[in-house]
Amino acid sequence: MRLMDVVDSELLPGVITTRIDDAVGWARKYSIFTYPFVTACCGMEFMSTACSHYDLDRFGAAFPRFSPRQADVLMVVGTISHKMAPVLRRIYEQMASPKWVVAFGVCTCTGGFYDNYATVQGIDKIVPVDVYIPGCPPRPEAVLKGLMLLQEKIRKQGWKGQ
Amino acid sequence: MSSVRETLRAELGAAVLSARGEGLDSVLVLDAGAVPGALARAQALGCNVLVDITCVDHLRWVPAGRGTPSHPDRMPRWELPKPPSRFKLVYRLMALDAGQGAVRERLALECWLEGDAGPASARSLWPNADWLEREVWDMFGVRFSDRPDIKRILMYEEFVGHPLRKDYPIGKRQPLLGVDDGAAPAALSDEELRPSPGGKRP
Ligand code: SF4
Repeated sequence: MRLMDVVDSELLPGVITTRIDDAVGWARKYSIFTYPFVTACCGMEFMSTACSHYDLDRFGAAFPRFSPRQADVLMVVGTISHKMAPVLRRIYEQMASPKWVVAFGVCTCTGGFYDNYATVQGIDKIVPVDVYIPGCPPRPEAVLKGLMLLQEKIRKQGWKGQ
Repeated sequence: MSSVRETLRAELGAAVLSARGEGLDSVLVLDAGAVPGALARAQALGCNVLVDITCVDHLRWVPAGRGTPSHPDRMPRWELPKPPSRFKLVYRLMALDAGQGAVRERLALECWLEGDAGPASARSLWPNADWLEREVWDMFGVRFSDRPDIKRILMYEEFVGHPLRKDYPIGKRQPLLGVDDGAAPAALSDEELRPSPGGKRP
């Protein structure tokens, strides 16, 4: 394991050596503060994932912040209308770097079946997206898989983020 | 006890163009000019809830026996009468006995509009008419005669046109942010491109 080369040396028992990049990436991936931008029915599935049955806390991602300035991950959960789009964009811009965006459900990925005058056809037209979780709504397992993919991405990005 | 429907019918006389439905599905089709008075009278007679105001766009009426433009061989299943004009405005009223939790009567008042000119606002009778009228304006572009400064409610101010009109291009996208989806067909008609009244987004 490159991340944590445990040096089981007799000289320095209990000392770990690693690269700063790896250490920061590892720390960040287990301390995700999410901003839940919940607009529609996917929110129910987000709640069930966050609660004790599926337990987002295991991933260090259980702590929702309702100020974008304190959040690392923007969870966009539910249909985004063109009227809502400027708000979502502003929330994203208010978040401090490093920051990531998860598109939760097909509505956020592509607009889903709301192929109409009112709905943004995929939030990647407004904000950059790191992980897409398909499903209408996605099952909690899919959400956890998406979260783990995001954690992997955060770890690989190291201290630079992004 | 005579119903609101029958009382209205008797009082309005010739302003009631037709009536259909029974019981909770009763409908009176009125002359557009008689609508504000009929609404006030209906409220006085006990219709204490304005359930909805909505509109129907009859732009694509097809005479029976001709088939539709896209399916010339497909006949309508029954003959619909030719609509007298394009937009039909529908007020759905209810007489609710709140003490008993019972619906005593439901009544729909309909009227055909001349162009997009709607009757006067019903806000003074039922405050919720404010939002319902804004929705009808937003989706269908019906103007209520005493609300020249009416604002959209569902769409944003910059939106052009009225999306539930039958001639609103189905693939038309008007994003506030980000790229257009490329599906936009020809520009909206002059009618559609008329700027919406009301203030600009600050
Ligand atoms: S993806 Fe499905 S469940 Fe999720 S917000 Fe859209 S319609 Fe609702």
